[in-house]
Amino acid sequence: MKATQRDAIFLRLAETQRERVAFTLDGQALEALVGDTVLTAVLTQGARLRVTEFSGSGRAGFCLMGACQDCWMCTESGQRLRACSTFITAGLRLLSRPGAKP
Amino acid sequence: MSAALQPVVIGAGPAGIRAAQTLLRYGLRPVVVDEAPLFGGQIYRQPPAHFQRSKATLYGFDTARARDVHAAMRAMLSDIDYRGQTLVWNAEGGKLDLLHQEQTSTLAYSHLIVATGATDRVLPFAGWTTPGVFTLGGAQVALKYQGCAIGSRVAFLGTGPLLYLTAWQYAKAGAQVAAVLDTATFGQQLAALPALMADPELLARGLYLVAWLRAHGVALHRGVRPLQVLGESRVRALRWSQAGTEHELDCDAVGFGYGLQSETQLPDILGCRFGFNALQRAWLPECDAAGRTSVAGVYLAGDGAAILGADAAEWAGERAALALLADTGRALGPQARGATLERQLARKQRFRAGLERAFPFPAQWAAQAPDDLLVCRCEEVSAGELRRTSRENGATELNRLKALTRVGMGRCQGRVCAAAAGEILAHCSAQPVQAVGRLRGQPPIKPIPFRLTHALASQEAP
Repeated sequence: MKATQRDAIFLRLAETQRERVAFTLDGQALEALVGDTVLTAVLTQGARLRVTEFSGSGRAGFCLMGACQDCWMCTESGQRLRACSTFITAGLRLLSRPGAKP
Repeated sequence: MSAALQPVVIGAGPAGIRAAQTLLRYGLRPVVVDEAPLFGGQIYRQPPAHFQRSKATLYGFDTARARDVHAAMRAMLSDIDYRGQTLVWNAEGGKLDLLHQEQTSTLAYSHLIVATGATDRVLPFAGWTTPGVFTLGGAQVALKYQGCAIGSRVAFLGTGPLLYLTAWQYAKAGAQVAAVLDTATFGQQLAALPALMADPELLARGLYLVAWLRAHGVALHRGVRPLQVLGESRVRALRWSQAGTEHELDCDAVGFGYGLQSETQLPDILGCRFGFNALQRAWLPECDAAGRTSVAGVYLAGDGAAILGADAAEWAGERAALALLADTGRALGPQARGATLERQLARKQRFRAGLERAFPFPAQWAAQAPDDLLVCRCEEVSAGELRRTSRENGATELNRLKALTRVGMGRCQGRVCAAAAGEILAHCSAQPVQAVGRLRGQPPIKPIPFRLTHALASQEAP
């Protein structure tokens, strides 16, 4: 977790006294806080959620309210989720590229 | 008659909640369908369970209204059929198609109040897809809903009341605001003052925000032109110009937007007639002062009908519900205040016209957009591709341009890029923007799992 925090986009300003929850991103073990969306869980430690299908450039969401659809991620089991409107859960195994081996 | 009456309210923001409350008051039991896990809409969005900040911290000036709207909804939860975390993704033959926790179902309605709210109006600039660039509304969601700033040093850019409000909310919460960059000029804002007097309280609030930001050392610039976000994998700086002089602002996040746009996909699918709204510079479903659309039994309320803000949304929700009740033969009695609500809404309309003068659409945007500017972030279509296609294929209408270039064809269905694509097409084909038309809404209005559409199709097979 420490190793990636310097890449974080989001900065926590409040509500930091919450229980921790463990998940993985591209195979790396990370921790978030209960009540974080998947988007918050990832962007408080890394600089992207996904890469685009066309140019392969990184994306980190945009509208945060379920309109722009630019924060779809997938899990290692192939489930797709919209990061801004899905809460992080313990043991969630996220991928920033669909089908990629962690 | 009442046995056959099944009103459905779509959206649980200020408009939807007041609509449902009014229906309930007259003995109807509405279904309220809302996509969010908790009611309140975007402006009165509630944080997840166990978050600690007070309502005053979360809602600032709007604390009392937020409290009222939340309380109104809470008080009727046992009397209405409230369905949170439920997306209405299609409407057909008197039924809505719903998606709730990966399950589809249908919901029959006799009457519908659509209160689907608004999203940020976006005008792309170079580098706007870089991680760390969010809408102003998105920047607010991060703070209000998650207790996070979108960056360690945030620039706010664009125009509209939300620009100053979001910057103030960030600064108050302890975030570092790099600058507030407004594309509108000071002269435009001065000229709008008489019209803004239609709502002295909101005008005073706006002036207070500007004064507060200045007093706290936040750099404010007007008459700005956004040039480029610098940084490859994340935001490193923002280039902008003012009166021909270029500047570079050190920041690691950008919140930007140019006012709001109505979320109109459902009225479109429902077959409502649309007309061009010059003030909002957009095609909107037509409705009368009470919210009646061209389709019998379908009503609109709140920012989804036209951007008038949260106070007006409450009035419009009540007004639309009263119209529904009157249209179904209910005796409303002398306490029904339809005419008063319409007067309040008309007054807000005048204020809104003032806002449009104070924070005008940047008229030069399409002319200045470089060819390599990405317009559609889903399908990664550039301004140059749009111009070339329009020129080479003679495309002068937006759906034709979509078919040829895939602009607006991606997952967001053009919610983000349609306004910009329309501006580019209008400019390069030398037409007024209303002449290029509007992207047609398509079900599902938001992505749903493919296996669900498949399951649905096999159910319907004979």
